[in-house]
Amino acid sequence: MISIRNVSKWYGEFQALKKCSTEVDKGEVVVICGPSGSGKSTLIKCVNGLESFQEGEIWVDGISVADRKTDLPKLRSRVGMVFQHFELFPHLSILDNITLAQCRVLGRSKKQAVEKAVLLLEMVGLAEQQPKFPAQLSGGQQQRVAIARALAMDPIAMLFDEPTSALDPEMINEVLDVMVKLAQFGMTMLVVTHEMGFAKRVANRVIFMDRGEVVEDQPKQTFFENPATDRARQFLSKILTH
Amino acid sequence: MYPSLLIPLVAVSASAAHGFYLSPFTFHLSPLTTLAAFDFSVFLRPSPESALNNLSYLLVGLGWSLLLALASWVVAFVVGSVVGVMRTLPGRILPFIGACYVELFRNVPLLVQLFIWFFVIPDMTPILGDWFKQQVPPIWQEFIAGTACLGLFTAARIAEQVRAGIGSLGPGQLGAGLALGLKGRQVYLLVLLPVAYRILIPTLTSEFLNLIKNTAVASTIGYVELAQRSASMAETTSRVYEAFAAGTLLYAVLNLLVMFFARALERFTALPGFLGGRK
Amino acid sequence: MVFDWSAIPGSLPILWQGMIVTLQITLVGVLVGLLLGTLLALFRLSPNRLLSWLSAAYVTVFRSIPLVMVLFWFHLVLVPLVVGLLFPGKRLELRFIAALTAFSLFEASYYAEIIRAGILSVTKGQFNAGLALGMNRREVMRLVVLPQALRRMVPLLLTQAIILFQDSTLVYVINLDDFFRKAYNIGNTVGTLNEMILFAGAVYLVICTSASGCVRQLHRKFTVLPVK
Repeated sequence: MISIRNVSKWYGEFQALKKCSTEVDKGEVVVICGPSGSGKSTLIKCVNGLESFQEGEIWVDGISVADRKTDLPKLRSRVGMVFQHFELFPHLSILDNITLAQCRVLGRSKKQAVEKAVLLLEMVGLAEQQPKFPAQLSGGQQQRVAIARALAMDPIAMLFDEPTSALDPEMINEVLDVMVKLAQFGMTMLVVTHEMGFAKRVANRVIFMDRGEVVEDQPKQTFFENPATDRARQFLSKILTH
Repeated sequence: MYPSLLIPLVAVSASAAHGFYLSPFTFHLSPLTTLAAFDFSVFLRPSPESALNNLSYLLVGLGWSLLLALASWVVAFVVGSVVGVMRTLPGRILPFIGACYVELFRNVPLLVQLFIWFFVIPDMTPILGDWFKQQVPPIWQEFIAGTACLGLFTAARIAEQVRAGIGSLGPGQLGAGLALGLKGRQVYLLVLLPVAYRILIPTLTSEFLNLIKNTAVASTIGYVELAQRSASMAETTSRVYEAFAAGTLLYAVLNLLVMFFARALERFTALPGFLGGRK
Repeated sequence: MVFDWSAIPGSLPILWQGMIVTLQITLVGVLVGLLLGTLLALFRLSPNRLLSWLSAAYVTVFRSIPLVMVLFWFHLVLVPLVVGLLFPGKRLELRFIAALTAFSLFEASYYAEIIRAGILSVTKGQFNAGLALGMNRREVMRLVVLPQALRRMVPLLLTQAIILFQDSTLVYVINLDDFFRKAYNIGNTVGTLNEMILFAGAVYLVICTSASGCVRQLHRKFTVLPVK
């Protein structure tokens, strides 16, 4: 489904990504972890073209992201993204946040869009919050709405960029629960996160990145029990003792 | 705002000083003398400049100032928004053009720009320019030149504010809009600008107030607005303090009205849960 | 479109005289404006209610009326006032003094706001830290708050000075001969008004663009990163 091949990116002199490669099959859940500055967010933003890259290729469902002829907005409408800071649109109600792109990009009628939105809000447990505005919701609630907003586009895959990093501890679980449900549903997911509990539960594979490189790319069991590299071992020991 | 209502107080003390210099030897601090030195009836006497009395003469001037300000504001808001947005776009060419515009219109004095619009451009434009100079009545010549000048001048300032407003939203909002599949134009119109304008209401209000004050510069090309009229009333009636106190008061009242409307607008467009700030 | 720039070289001495007037107005306006503005800002921030109110009134009045009107006012008021007190004469001088007074008092209100905002931007925490170390109010202001505040204010103060430099052209309304007025007069006399206006505009453009460029550089060097 998602194919990343030898992707390299430079910010001027600084190389943010060094020949990164991996594959995500349909229905797979792949977690990317690593220290800050390792390029995880940059890599995931390259997948839907929010960041550009100078070398390599990325293919999403057979479409090349870097190709000039690719209709990027169309591609983006088929791949959902959830951001670290939720990024709900503050001037629109929760319902409007979810229906905006459905109507403007997919061309659905307002009625269809609203029906879908209500359904998704029920799925994430926020049906009563419909008429409210983002500023009136807690962080965990906002992030769940953001997930619903991305799901409303009926994506073929979902990208998560540190979805729980900006949340207070009590709210992390309500968001992770939604993500677990989604994984169990069979959604193809690429998740950048520090939440190893989540990885242990639903990930198929774990990728470890450090300083712009993909250092490890293992099935979940192997990664947690027997990481191949020292760097990964060090990282795990630091993260898991907390 | 309440301090501005001290203006009558200032005017009264000024007139006391006026009484003093007229005759330091017979001046005494009796309230009657103070009031007698301050002649309110001058406003009701007919003005030599027009068929109205002096007060109406000033009020009409206020009207002309406001008219110029409103017309210029329309130009400024539209052009300023376009240039401001241009400066936030990716790429090199459009932001650069925007930057050049802002630098050009901010680094030439307003008066010089006005003269360029009133004298130089009609002279230089082949057909329209001649029509402008010959067929258009003088007051409208001044009005058009003033609108063009003030509009584009203020647009440069608005552009900077729009740029800052959009910038303050952070790159995340743009990313979130694009990630949903919205095109760039849609993200600006549906997501970025609606929020940015709400944040900018206070700065845009103060910009509009600046614009009202700047309309006084149009008096140099003969546009009869309030500042010019209060000066001319001062000269014709020799009641300097009264004339200027009235002019000052009228500007202050206009200020208060604009701020009142701005606050109402802020309340009307407020988003539930927002306490007037972001994140 | 044929331009006749021939009038410019010969008139440079006269234009320079006008520029001197412009610079004098700018300089005096900035210096007196800064002094008075600082005073006003401190009054506004003082716990004395009367001082605070008077300062607020001053700033509000001068910020709600156009500079043109202030110029008219001082020109029409100052002349009879001074003539009434002294002997008639030296009328041209009075225009200049009127302009200097008007600009100084006008700019003071804008500087007062910049300074006040600058002082307020230094958090109360810093102020309290100074007090806790045993310094009195005045010492804290002088040694802790003002140095930090000044670093933030300087770019804004300089920008305001550039604005004043541009606003000096408004002495046109009281018939004072500054650089622009001289250019205009020459243009009128010689018959190349358009060229002179454009030339004057170009001069201002060059001066102000380089000045604001310098201010931007200075701003980058002076920026104090807030302690998180």
